[in-house]
Order: sequence, then C-alpha cells, then structure tokens
Amino acid sequence: MPDVSLWHVARATGLVSTLLLTITVLLGILGPLRVGTAAWPRFTLAGLHRNISLLSMVLLGLHVVAVAVDSYVPITWTDLFVPFVSAYHPLWMGLGTISFDIILALLVTSMLRPRINPRFWRVLHWSAYLCWPLALVHGLGIGTDALSGWPLGLSVFCTLAVLAGVGWRVVAARKKTLARLS
Amino acid sequence: MSAPNAEGLRLQVDMIKCVGHASCRELLPERVSLDEWGYPIIETDPLPSDLVTHARRAVAACPTLALRVDGKVARVRTQ
Amino acid sequence: MTIMMERGAARGGGQGRQGLLLPRLLAGGRKLAEHRATFGQLPLRRFTGEEGRRKLIRAVTDAGLRGRGGAGFPTGLKMASVAAGAKRPVVIANGCESEPASRKDKMLMVCAPHLVLDGAVLAAHAVGADRVYLCIERGTSVADRLEREIAQRDDPVKWKVVRVPRRYVSSEESALVHLINDGDGRPMTAPPRPYEKGVGGRPTLVDNVETLAHVALIATYGPEWFRQVGTREDPGSTLVTVGGAVARPNVYEISPGMRLGEVLDAAGGVVEPIGAVLVGGYFGTWVSMPDGWGMPLSHDRTGPQGTSLGGGGIVALPAESCGLAETARVVRYLAEESAQQCGPCMFGLPAIAQDLAAVAYGRCDPATRQRLSRRIAQVTRRGACRHPDGATKLAMSALTTFAADLETHMSGWTCTGVSRDPILPLPSRQHRDRTWK
Repeated sequence: MPDVSLWHVARATGLVSTLLLTITVLLGILGPLRVGTAAWPRFTLAGLHRNISLLSMVLLGLHVVAVAVDSYVPITWTDLFVPFVSAYHPLWMGLGTISFDIILALLVTSMLRPRINPRFWRVLHWSAYLCWPLALVHGLGIGTDALSGWPLGLSVFCTLAVLAGVGWRVVAARKKTLARLS
Repeated sequence: MSAPNAEGLRLQVDMIKCVGHASCRELLPERVSLDEWGYPIIETDPLPSDLVTHARRAVAACPTLALRVDGKVARVRTQ
Repeated sequence: MTIMMERGAARGGGQGRQGLLLPRLLAGGRKLAEHRATFGQLPLRRFTGEEGRRKLIRAVTDAGLRGRGGAGFPTGLKMASVAAGAKRPVVIANGCESEPASRKDKMLMVCAPHLVLDGAVLAAHAVGADRVYLCIERGTSVADRLEREIAQRDDPVKWKVVRVPRRYVSSEESALVHLINDGDGRPMTAPPRPYEKGVGGRPTLVDNVETLAHVALIATYGPEWFRQVGTREDPGSTLVTVGGAVARPNVYEISPGMRLGEVLDAAGGVVEPIGAVLVGGYFGTWVSMPDGWGMPLSHDRTGPQGTSLGGGGIVALPAESCGLAETARVVRYLAEESAQQCGPCMFGLPAIAQDLAAVAYGRCDPATRQRLSRRIAQVTRRGACRHPDGATKLAMSALTTFAADLETHMSGWTCTGVSRDPILPLPSRQHRDRTWK
C-alpha cells in the first residue's frame, strides 16, 4: 500500500539523517580541536564534514518530502517551513521544522561563505549546536516507535557521542588548545 | 617544478585571520612549512604553474579563509 | 619641560647655523596670537583651487619632506596617492607617540600646537579632505590643550580629537583607522592600506604631527628654504629625543647629516663613558661607541647595521650597563604589547624575550643562542604589521653590537651591568592600557 511505504521512507530517512547529522556535528567539532593524522589529515576530515552534511541534507530532503506528500498524516508543505502550525503533533513537528530551517540557513551561508561577513557566518554556524538537539528531540517526540528498541538505542548513542564531543571541545577551550578564532 | 605561472599569481596569507589550522600545509607542502608554533610559513614567490590548482584547493580548505591566490604582493619575505 | 632653544640668525627665512640647533619648529609660540605673529596667516590663499592643491603637493614633494613618525616615507608621494583616490579623503594627524623613548611629538603639540594644526589644515586642503582626526594618547592633558587651541581658530575643516588607548601598536596607521571605524585600536591587515581605503572606506592620509608641522613651514617659506638644512636625500630639520647618560636629556631640533657625537654634545655631552647608543627608539638599532661617534644621522639606513633615525629616539647607554639586559627588558615589553592577532608575534615574541633574558642573565648555552637566532628569523615579517619586525630588529642588533658581552655571558662570567638601574625608559603598569577601545 503506497501510504504505508511513504511512512517507511519518512521514518527511515529520519533515523538515518539523525545519525548522519550526529557524525557531521562530531566532524565539525574536530576542526577547531586540530585533530588529524597522516592517514586522515585535517583537510580530509574537513571535507568529510562537508560531504556528510550534504548527504544528510539529501536524506533530510527526502524525509520532509515524504512526510508532506504522505496523505496518511495531515502535514502540509507550509508545516515544513513554518513551525508549530501543523495539525499533527504541532510541538514535535515545530521542533523539527525549526531544525530544518536552521539547516537550510547553514547550507545557504556555507555556499556563500567567501562573500559574506566572516563573523556572521561563524555565529550562524554555531546554531548547528541548537539544530542537532532539536532534530533529536523531534524524532523522540514524533516517532511512533522512537522510545523503544533500536531507534531508542540509536538516539542514546548519538546523544552520548555529541555530549562527549562537546565536552572535549569545552575542556580544550579552557586549556586554550583550540585553534584561536578571532 | 615547472615554470612560474603566467599571471604572476602568489599564495599569500592574512596572518590576522590565520589560526594555525595548517590544512594548507597538508595540501601544499611544497610551498608551506610550519613554524614551531604551528603557523604557516609561506613561500610567496610566484607559484609554479603546476601548483596553482593545488594552491586554490588550499585556499578553499582554510577554515578561516585566511589564504588567497592573487598577483598583488602584500609583504614579501626575503630570506 | 624646558626646551633648549638657541635662537639662530634670521628666523624662518635665514640659514640655520650649520648642523646645530635650529629654531624652526620651535620658533613660534604656544598661543595663536604668538604663532601668527611669527609665521603669519595660514598660507591657504596661495594654493586655491585644483591648481593650488597640486602646487602645494608639488611643493612638499620638491622639498623632499619625509615622514617623521618613523617610516620616513616621502610625504609628497603619500599626499599625491591619497589625493588621487576616488572618494573624498580624510586626514589623520598622528600624535600618539607610543614609543617610550620619544617625547618630541608631545613637546611639539604643547609648544607649537598651531604649527601642527596649520599643517593639518594645509594637508587636508592639498588632498581635498574636509575632516581631520587628531589622534592623541590618553593619560595626559595634551588632548585637552589641543581642543582648547582648536576652539580659538576658525578653520575650513571639521576637527575631531580622538583619545587613543596607551598601547604600543595603537599608534600604527591601520590601528588608528580601525579605532575610528570600529572602536578597536588593533592593527589591520593590508592590503588595503589606509591611503587607499581607511576611515569610512575613504583614502586616508595618516601623517605624524611633526611631519604636518613641516608641511606648514614648507607652505610658508617654500621648498628651497626647507632644503637649506639637512642632506639631499633627507632634507629639512628633525626633532630627536636624547636620553640616557647625557647631561641634558631633552628634545632637540637637529638637521640630518649631523653626526651622532655632535647630537650627544648638543645634549650636554655624556656624563660617563658610554658603550653604545640606541638610535631610532625601540624599533631601532644599537650603535657601538666610540666607533659610531662620527656616524651621520639620517632617516635613510646608514652605517653597518642600516641604522636610521626612525622616530628620533636616541638613548646613550653607559659602558657599565648591560646592553643585553636592557634589550631583554624592552623586548619583553614589546612582547606584552603585541595585539595578539598573529601567531608568530603572539607566541614568538615572548619566546624570544625569554631567550634574551636567559642570555642576559647568564643562563645561556649554545643551544639557546641558536634557538634565539632561529626564532628571530622565523618571526620577522610574519605578522600583519611591523611590530614583530621592530622587536626582532632590536634583538638582532643587540646580539651584533654586544657580541663581546654575549661571549662573556656565555662563558659563565658574571656581568655586573645587569644589576645597574635600567636606562631605557618603559611605561609603568598604570601608564599602560589593557583595553583596545
């Protein structure tokens, strides 16, 4: 039945893009921490950060399209961009929508990076730290089976990984081993 | 090493923007070495033509956009 | 502050006594009436219109005036570049003088403020600017005095007195522009240089206050008069601040070409045997004595180490003092004064200062000596501004001029000079600012 398989697409792409976003955030943290080896030099890790973020956006794109097209739930195209106006779980949807909006902003500003004010780009890029937990909470709230089994395990794993990464970054900032950003 | 490029393009760095991330060193070791504090020492003579593409890649990879490739000379190190 | 002035023959138009004290800059008075009585009205009428502006710039160029702020760049050339810009230019009169070994700009602004202000108005006219920023370090009454003197005048420019944080690098051209534009007194990357794009994105003429005073004199008496003293490449008179082991440490007006020994004599002669003289302030070089007694002083780089007058700071170091220890102190100060924007300066200067201290205080081994040389080479010309270059130049010069002392230190002999009171002046903590605003 077509409606059920669209739902499967939405669920699958939601889960995978959460995972990919997590990896993106972790790779992004590695940059200022100056992590790099001979086999995995910093420019490679930076390139991976960029490419995996693009991949996660592709999957995220499929996710939002599937959800809007699917007639099983009353989610409209407007709900994808405007938060909290959805007829279906407005709170959890809203969080996802905000997260999606932030990702669009990150995409556009990074594409235009040489042309925009560097400080503006940097401040906006920090909103990725907001975007990620919103996406995760959106999934936990709106996912029909998000609170059991391996989807829950995935969420827990992603959360622990990002907490560890952010913790490392905070410690490094205090010890001044970060790449100093003006 | 091939002949210098025709447009007189040089790789130059804005040391205020530079934070010593050193991706440039990874991508263009022929022209970039590091000082003892991890900051790039850049050979600012005109680039050999076979390195221009690599230099542009290094410019794109810099996390703070501190590098540029152009013909105008800001400060040349005579060492 | 007393000023040594020996009034020579005819004031202004006449020949100054060759090579000795010349009352050019210091001939006028502190107040407007006295100043006008000496120099007459502002000679703007001679330079009206586009043709007049060009004539004025030509006069400054023909006079061969060079910047008196330290770089010695030809002023006429700078004016022409600024005037050629597309947007309406702006003038900055740089009276910051953050160099601790120099007092000449402060003295000039107190004793001949209207000469400086005349020069600024003329420079603004020459480049087509209608606004002049007068940049002065905070912490003294000089800015207040100048505001009072400006109020007595009626000039065709808008004046703005800017009080600059007391930091060594804040007197740099791009730092002043940055402070005016964004309230942040740290140097910026060039290109573009201020003469291309400065205050408000406009071409900005940044000139030292002494330079502007000379512009006023050239406009009044002409380029030939200006060239009556000095040398062909470095004409005119110039102010120097003589300090250290001399009888009368003070500011003196000399002519380039004068010998170092003559300048020390003009300051009353040395009070004890001296081993070296620092010429050019803290971005200058150490001249060994008595070998350097006959060295002609100039804004060009003369002598074996390329010694230049720079901003005019001259300090005589007693033979009993330790030049390496003095230099170590100053380099540590310069390291503390880094804007902390560029890695090599931020990390390199403190490291060099530490190595120099090790050398000076006898904890020196050949490895440290080599590391010092290596670090000096690594840091030079790798900052966005000239701050690290000046510091490394001073360090290199000390290692060259005090090479014999260096050998002594390295062989483990104790140097008695290190326990003498410091000779090179440094501002105390309360006279330095921590802010960049």
